[in-house]
Amino acid sequence: MTRLNVNPTRQELRRLRERLKTSVRGHKLLKDKTDEMIRQFCILIRENKQLREEVEADLGRALENFSSAKAVMDERALEEAFLLPASSVTLTCGEKSVMSVAVPDIEVHEETKGNAPYAYATVSSEVDYSVSALAAVLPKLVRLASVEKTCNLLANEIERTKRRVNALEYVLIPQYEETIRYIVMKLDENERGATTRLMKVKDMLAADRGAQV
Amino acid sequence: MSDKMAVIGDKDSVFAFKAVGVDVFGAASEGEAKERLKELVKENYKVIFLTEDLAEKLQAFLERYKTTPYPAVIPIPRSGQAQGFAMESLKRDMEKAIGADILFRDGK
Repeated sequence: MTRLNVNPTRQELRRLRERLKTSVRGHKLLKDKTDEMIRQFCILIRENKQLREEVEADLGRALENFSSAKAVMDERALEEAFLLPASSVTLTCGEKSVMSVAVPDIEVHEETKGNAPYAYATVSSEVDYSVSALAAVLPKLVRLASVEKTCNLLANEIERTKRRVNALEYVLIPQYEETIRYIVMKLDENERGATTRLMKVKDMLAADRGAQV
Repeated sequence: MSDKMAVIGDKDSVFAFKAVGVDVFGAASEGEAKERLKELVKENYKVIFLTEDLAEKLQAFLERYKTTPYPAVIPIPRSGQAQGFAMESLKRDMEKAIGADILFRDGK
């Protein structure tokens, strides 16, 4: 590991020790954060997978029904029938925080208007089935949307935090430790140098005095 | 406050959504879908469903919406069977986050 390019002084040593302490604490915090995020992510991704499987099956079926229904009907008549939606769905989009990652929190408000807005006479029964199937799958679809987005965001955040943890663990902290060791050794060496110099001077003075006597 | 939801895709697949009160926008090609998507984001649509085939082609473009909570752009299957792109992206997320496959390893 490379050591930082700093002057080996006591002041620098104190400063570095302070920074090392902060880094170690930050490293621990970030590591805990990743652990918790991964735990949450595992739960969510399972739910995500299950929801997606269900939605894909249901939706695929509903849409398939619909297209076969469409095949037997006049397109313009169908378009006319759907000018007014049978039920309307509104969303309330909020945000919540999972380990300080802002994730979507979507609520669905379904408003069924009772009967279908088209005359049954003009529309085939397959359309009825597929529309009601679609209406049933819609809340799930919205739930899937929020879960999937949450997973996306969490995955990004986990990756980023992991990178930070690694940078601290394998680069920053070793660097500080190495630099601190270097400064300590340098200071010790200086001290020993000073001591020997003093001893030497004392010896020389003693020799001088002996020669005079 | 109510927020808006939209579906983009080829007309045959997504037309049915009109019946349940979701705004439907037809897009035949990926370029068209891309433009439409940009417009919808500008118009503050919060949840946008995109058919799988289009989502797959626009994958690189969709990356930019992945860092903010909204809009949520979610792939849905076209009529018939899912093609597995959405599951693929799920898997990618998982590998990104955990570094290993924990859901699909049982040969599925």
